[in-house]
Amino acid sequence: MDVFLQQLINGLTLGSIYGLIAIGYTMVFGIIGMVNFAHGDVFMVSCFIAMIVFVMLTTVLGLSSIALAFLVVLVVSMILTALWGWAIERVAYRPLRGSFRLAPLISAIGVSIFLSNFVQVVQGARNKSMPPVLSGGITLVESDSYSVVLSYKQCLIMGVTAVLLTGFWYLVQRTPFGRAQRACEQDRKMAALLGIDVDRTISLTFVLGAALAAVAGVLYIMYYGVVSFSDGFVPGVKAFTAAVLGGIGSLPGAVLGGLIIGLIEVFWSAYFSIEYKDVAAFSILAIVLIFMPSGILGRPEVEKV
Amino acid sequence: MSVAGINVLVDETRAIQAGGKPPLLSVRGVSTYYGSVAALKGVDLDVGEGEIVTLIGANGAGKSTLMMTVFGAPRARDGSITYEGRDITRLPTHAIARLGIAQSPEGRRVFPRMTVFENLQMGASLHGERHFAEDLEKVCALFPRVKERLHQRAGTMSGGEQQMLAIARALMSRPKLLLLDEPSLGLAPLVVKGIFDAIRRLNREDGMTIFLVEQNAYHALKLAHRGYVLVNGRITMSGTGRQLLDDPAVKAAYLEGGGHGAAPGGAHG
Repeated sequence: MDVFLQQLINGLTLGSIYGLIAIGYTMVFGIIGMVNFAHGDVFMVSCFIAMIVFVMLTTVLGLSSIALAFLVVLVVSMILTALWGWAIERVAYRPLRGSFRLAPLISAIGVSIFLSNFVQVVQGARNKSMPPVLSGGITLVESDSYSVVLSYKQCLIMGVTAVLLTGFWYLVQRTPFGRAQRACEQDRKMAALLGIDVDRTISLTFVLGAALAAVAGVLYIMYYGVVSFSDGFVPGVKAFTAAVLGGIGSLPGAVLGGLIIGLIEVFWSAYFSIEYKDVAAFSILAIVLIFMPSGILGRPEVEKV
Repeated sequence: MSVAGINVLVDETRAIQAGGKPPLLSVRGVSTYYGSVAALKGVDLDVGEGEIVTLIGANGAGKSTLMMTVFGAPRARDGSITYEGRDITRLPTHAIARLGIAQSPEGRRVFPRMTVFENLQMGASLHGERHFAEDLEKVCALFPRVKERLHQRAGTMSGGEQQMLAIARALMSRPKLLLLDEPSLGLAPLVVKGIFDAIRRLNREDGMTIFLVEQNAYHALKLAHRGYVLVNGRITMSGTGRQLLDDPAVKAAYLEGGGHGAAPGGAHG
């Protein structure tokens, strides 16, 4: 039971990070029907940005308050990563809109390769590590053989994720921008007829997706303390899997899928074997898709017109 | 072509006589293509301020294409479109909408996974919260069915209700020029009458200029000040509503047999 509780906490932590990345996949797919393969690498870039900003704040500027440093790192990473997201859409995807369906997909793979190689060149090929921050935690269950600990880091990860997702949900459901975004998802041409600047809405979708990936990046680097140029791929694929599992195009689905993938991975590692955790995650995906082809919360293709 | 040219001259004179100024919307020699297939072949047409102008024609004549070409989607390959004296031929679609033109398009195109209320909010995108409540009340008075369904998802409504919503949504932007593409499609006769009454009132009381595409030629010509006949992408005839109603060729092609009423189908979502 204790082990289960501990793994549950670990799984939800990892799942939060996947969920944040998955939103970027699902939103972009929703609005332009394209899988943005570069999104995982955008996440990786944000990890590096977070690390560099953190090191600059603490060593160069001598900032001693961890809370303040975290806040600054979060904001700066979100802004810079959002800029990357905006630039990528502008340079690599927008010129291909209206071209054949596979063109932006190929372009996305190109961007993905570019980003990981770019980071490899400017940051070096070795793992980069960051000094540990925010140690300690709350001991939930105390016993001789096993203690269940909810670390402060995990609290922070789940807390930040919950707050940002709530804010994001509000943005999409209740604001004029969110409405325009959903309208573009459902009928781009009609949205334009109503005076919505569709290109701008798509740009902002990329910006938002990248900003959320940056949040994931900051939390990831803080939690694991290590990142390398190739770390965009696996979390990216996992988050994409999460988006598909939850039903691509569905925002709650992305978060749910992220949590499920995180939990499967962690539980499988704890109870069975750590080597096969990815196999487990992808097998569940395959099984779910056989019985629910549009994912858990996805909507079927057919619609009453 | 020469006949069409003469008609254009007549129309221009009329428009200038009517308001003493150039027409609100002016389409000159517009050709639109789908791939290499021409859907419009040099269309000339004017809509003067405060007028109801109707465009009638058979299925596939290019009526809806003309409506969408005004918004630049698809874009006219040749010719020019001016609105309030300004060339809008190359403007992006959303910029054209922002000039005060609204459209209730072919196939209704309501946002199916949004509520009726949200659809109306989308219609009011240009104004945001300003006079939203007031306009909402107005369209609800015009279409009580829309009011009943405010918090239902638009995609779950019947075709007729979606049609009303599409018109209501267009009205929410307080357009100067309203483009209506087959507003009677799929509606019960009584509702059609209600919609045509509503169009007349919008024109008379609010001075809204209306450009109406209809297969229901009889109703449309009775309602309109002027009308055009579109055949295979070309304007073949134009005149006042009365003139066209009495014209033997129009009668034979569009009025007799009554087969051009609110025929279902033919629209794609």
